[in-house]
Amino acid sequence: MTIAEPPIRVEDAPHNAVRVEDVQLDITLEQLKKLVSPRALTGETMLLNMGPQHPSTHGVLRLLLELDGETIVSCIPDIGYLHTGIEKTAEGKTYLKAIPLTDRTDYLAPMSNNLAFCGAVEKLVGIDVPIRAQYLRVILMELTRMNSHLVWLGTHALDIGAMSMFLYCMREREMILDIYEAVSGARMMSSYIRPGGLWRDVPAHFPQLVQRVLDVFPRRILEYEKLLKENPLWKERTVGIGKISAQDAIAWGMTGPCLRGSGVNYDVRKAQPYSSYDHFEFSVPVGSNGDVYDRYKCRMEEFNQSLKIIKQAMDRLPPGPVMTDDRKVAPPPKHEIAYSMESLIHHFKLWTEGFRAPEGEVYFAVESGKGEYGVLLSGDGSPKPRRVHFRAPSFHNLQPLGEISKGALLADIVAIIGSIDIVLGDVDR
Amino acid sequence: MGLKEVLTRIVVGFATVLKTVTRRPVTIQYPEQQKPMSARFRGRHHLKRYEDGLERCIGCALCAAACPADAIYVEAGENTDEERYSPGERYAKTYEINMLRCIFCGYCEDACPTNAIVLEPIEFPTGYTRESMIYTKEMLLESPPINVPATPQRTPPGKYDRAILPFPPIDESQ
Repeated sequence: MTIAEPPIRVEDAPHNAVRVEDVQLDITLEQLKKLVSPRALTGETMLLNMGPQHPSTHGVLRLLLELDGETIVSCIPDIGYLHTGIEKTAEGKTYLKAIPLTDRTDYLAPMSNNLAFCGAVEKLVGIDVPIRAQYLRVILMELTRMNSHLVWLGTHALDIGAMSMFLYCMREREMILDIYEAVSGARMMSSYIRPGGLWRDVPAHFPQLVQRVLDVFPRRILEYEKLLKENPLWKERTVGIGKISAQDAIAWGMTGPCLRGSGVNYDVRKAQPYSSYDHFEFSVPVGSNGDVYDRYKCRMEEFNQSLKIIKQAMDRLPPGPVMTDDRKVAPPPKHEIAYSMESLIHHFKLWTEGFRAPEGEVYFAVESGKGEYGVLLSGDGSPKPRRVHFRAPSFHNLQPLGEISKGALLADIVAIIGSIDIVLGDVDR
Repeated sequence: MGLKEVLTRIVVGFATVLKTVTRRPVTIQYPEQQKPMSARFRGRHHLKRYEDGLERCIGCALCAAACPADAIYVEAGENTDEERYSPGERYAKTYEINMLRCIFCGYCEDACPTNAIVLEPIEFPTGYTRESMIYTKEMLLESPPINVPATPQRTPPGKYDRAILPFPPIDESQ
């Protein structure tokens, strides 16, 4: 966008506002016309705005649909309605103070985001994380994956018309939110994972809370599968809908269950194990058809695999500290500051200025519920990052929507959006 | 799908519904009933006092420095033995938290060197105007224990020359 000459005179624009007629867009009308088919210009097909305030777009996503009857000729996703400038804001915060921002990108999986950011910081600064913290991170990561998948299953099924699934999923999600609340003190914006470990050790009743999840969930997953897996109405709406081939999925940069549903065995937990994921046995469910139903099946199996990982990690959870003892990065235990001058200095230094990260650029990715959540972190030797970029899985998974919804029915787009599992906070950041 | 299968599915469907009729609801009658919150819950801020009535806050503004949302404003004043608010040299003359900016991350509590500011699992900030959401020191400071004078107090010279008094480690089992 460029502002045309001559510059606006102050008396013409009393509030220094840029007037609409003075703004020239780089995009011409001719270019915009090419986005839709020529038939749309003659009125043969209909242009329909779906969203940004539509319940089944899972947030403020706007779709410009070109419809021929009920068939979609083209679909143009329009994003940016929830852009909050998180990446830019993070540049003005110290590494520690940027963590609450990461909670708010993919707000259904806050711990995954925390881990991706803290992992990048740890890689940049070179911090070793105690093994207990790594195991607890794995447990929380898998709980987060289940949390994310529960919201996906609930809303996806709700969109297609299975109302009770939504209520069931929200009921189960409560157990996971209770664990969040017990460990971090917040039900959604946890900020629990910090560079170097965890905020605090888990409370004494944490094993009971996790055990409750392990006891209840296998039964509930069977219940969900009984309701949906062989349900003819469900299969009618999902089998063969929104197909994407493995090559296309890779080319569009899809990750997570969306990619695995197409038959590509790619999981960051296996490809680049982080936080001692290589200590645990689990398998990665892979689909074959790349349709809505296969993506559904992949995610449902991931519930079982998550439970398996949580069980292994709980059984082998080692004792010990949960925070690195590197006082240049982690604040000392607070009671020490009353008698140790060194602790007092570290405490004040870390909470005001923060720690300095060396110059350099790192990329650290985790497998969040939605796919590869990566953080590109560029340090410049100061306590604040030079640049932070989040490789948000929702953003990349949304990209082929226009391609895969071509030729589908209007009602199918609801199923497709549900199956790619986007969170608009993650798309727009 | 044959007629028989359709009928079976209808029967199975109704049986599923009937089974859930006997289940107890998981919902509660909020706000009359409320779920107990965890001990770590980060709710509304409170400024704490010592048992002798003196304020814990020493006006160091470390909470304001640690706040990622820049929601805290602290202005320090000088303590004297005639008019003592807190141990040590300084106290918080002004202490304001903008509850509309606050994101309840708990960093202020972590940063506080005297455990003066605590986020407790009670009482959620609500209000009708923006002005009413800026909580002042009077609103945040807890009342002194019974039979203990409020601040400022007249104290003997030399008794409170240390700002940070020893306190026990955080109980991580809660």
